[in-house]
Amino acid sequence: METYMSIVIGILFTVGTYLILSKTLLRIILGTSIIGHGVNLLILTMGGLKKGGAPLLGFNELSLNDPLPQALLLTAIVINFATTALFLVLSYRAYKVLGKDDVEQLKDHDDE
Amino acid sequence: MMNNNLIILPIIIPIISGIVMIFFRNYIKVHRFISILATVLIGLIAILLLEQIRATGIQILYLGGWEAPFGITLVADMLSALLVLVTAVVTFCCLWYAFFSIDEQREKHYFYPLTSFLTAGVNGSFLTGDIFNMFVCFEVMLVASYVLIALGGTKIQLRESIKYILINMISSFLFLIAVAYLYGMLGTLNLAHLSVRVAEVGQGGLMTAVAFLLLIVFCLKAALFLFFWLPGPYSAPPTAIAALFGALLTKVGIYAIIRVFSLVFYHQPGVTHLVLGILAAVSMVLGAMGAVAYWDIKSIITYNVVVGVGFVLAGFAAFSETGMTGSIYYLIHDMIVKALLFLLGGTIIYLTGTGKLKDMSGLIRLQPHLGWMFFIAALSVSGIPPLSGFVGKIFITEGTFQSGYFWLGAIGLITSLMVLYSVIKVFMNVFWGYTDIKEVTENKTIKGLLMPIGVLTFITIGLGLGAELMHEYVDLAVAVLLDSSIYIDAVLRDNLIGQGV
Repeated sequence: METYMSIVIGILFTVGTYLILSKTLLRIILGTSIIGHGVNLLILTMGGLKKGGAPLLGFNELSLNDPLPQALLLTAIVINFATTALFLVLSYRAYKVLGKDDVEQLKDHDDE
Repeated sequence: MMNNNLIILPIIIPIISGIVMIFFRNYIKVHRFISILATVLIGLIAILLLEQIRATGIQILYLGGWEAPFGITLVADMLSALLVLVTAVVTFCCLWYAFFSIDEQREKHYFYPLTSFLTAGVNGSFLTGDIFNMFVCFEVMLVASYVLIALGGTKIQLRESIKYILINMISSFLFLIAVAYLYGMLGTLNLAHLSVRVAEVGQGGLMTAVAFLLLIVFCLKAALFLFFWLPGPYSAPPTAIAALFGALLTKVGIYAIIRVFSLVFYHQPGVTHLVLGILAAVSMVLGAMGAVAYWDIKSIITYNVVVGVGFVLAGFAAFSETGMTGSIYYLIHDMIVKALLFLLGGTIIYLTGTGKLKDMSGLIRLQPHLGWMFFIAALSVSGIPPLSGFVGKIFITEGTFQSGYFWLGAIGLITSLMVLYSVIKVFMNVFWGYTDIKEVTENKTIKGLLMPIGVLTFITIGLGLGAELMHEYVDLAVAVLLDSSIYIDAVLRDNLIGQGV
């Protein structure tokens, strides 16, 4: 199971990297978002993907799931969500003010 | 020893005061009062913590009563407490400067709450004893800094903020990947517990690979070698914000490197610390070249930030008592003097209306105080005795020589000369020469701006003259860095896990 998951994560990283290397700002943001999902899956996978019950008293299961990666994941998702939202807003504002969403054109320093 | 609730205060005071300020959006005076009050409080708490640590050793707080390694632990050792204190001092001066320099629009759009949140993130990163919590504190700090860079929405700010956010998002993902690998391999995220586990299983190739992944992340944050992103974003926002960034943000990355590579990954100094030394040398050389080559005040100062980062980590890479003592002295000096340089540079640009060195001259006739304070800052940043940069530089150079890194020490000394040239170049061009400045400059008053600059100048002189007084504190900080068992014993105590059971 972990092996399949690793392949999925690898694909997500590949797609994300490809998108980040493109020139349009929106694609770059989508790329960071996809890499973020890959990272989240990676955290989950590194905790071990075993079948088991909830780690609570009263559940007399033989094997228990590790709750910590899920807690980490939740925090990471929230942070990723917030930064992506901020990034989207900023890039929209930049597009309105600068009139371009091509990072190649964002390079020049002389237009002030 | 009990939980010490003081440790949470430097994190929670700025968060609460930031939230309170948001409710008083149109009352700028309330904002100013609360933010200054919070900063002074944090400073006092840091002093209290320093005394407690000196008297009874490392202070611990188990959040929610969950003992390490199960819950999140806050750890205040000497290094953390010193850095929290310096952060408070720098924030205080930057806020003071902002009172006279930030425009009303920015003030009304939550400049002070954002600064508070930034401080919360910085203090949190210094005080946490858990690597995932460190990631969270980094994010708190970074999100505040994203907004601070973009605040105002001028073209250059928007353009630079996009690059800044992208580079930091990617480094955050790398941080998470490294954390995931660490958890997968070692099954813990508590720094002290990680150290125990790494010592048990040995720092093999795989472990060192993860260490290098973390190093890449921290290098990006600290602008060590991977500093290509730094000059743009740091010159875009107003002076007070740029000074905060230059003084605090990169230092958090440096702290993370020092903490992780002295506590957890210290078993292979021949590999990790050699690489650190090489990276430090390269960033010193490249930073100094940038500082020498540019003829623009902001660029010269931002490249000096890079040189400072290289210098601190050169001492750390030597991994000896002398080298680390130098690193800590220099880290404290660097935070103060970089804030000072940014504030001075910003004031000069405000007065003359340009950042180009060749377009200004003879400012000393109009602003003698500013001129001489710049001169002191220039000498301090290049390490001339008796100012604060000298103490750190001499220990770092001695440490690198003792550990056999002669090339590193030599590069440090050569780049110091280049730094001296770059700042004296600014001094000569701006302050010397024929006073040929428009009337606009003569009418501008900078009385308010000079006060925080004066305070920082006094501190840099005081740190140089009073280095002996600080020695006791710095020694305690170095002891923890050299002997990780002090940290581990303090955090894990008589816990069964701490004894390797």
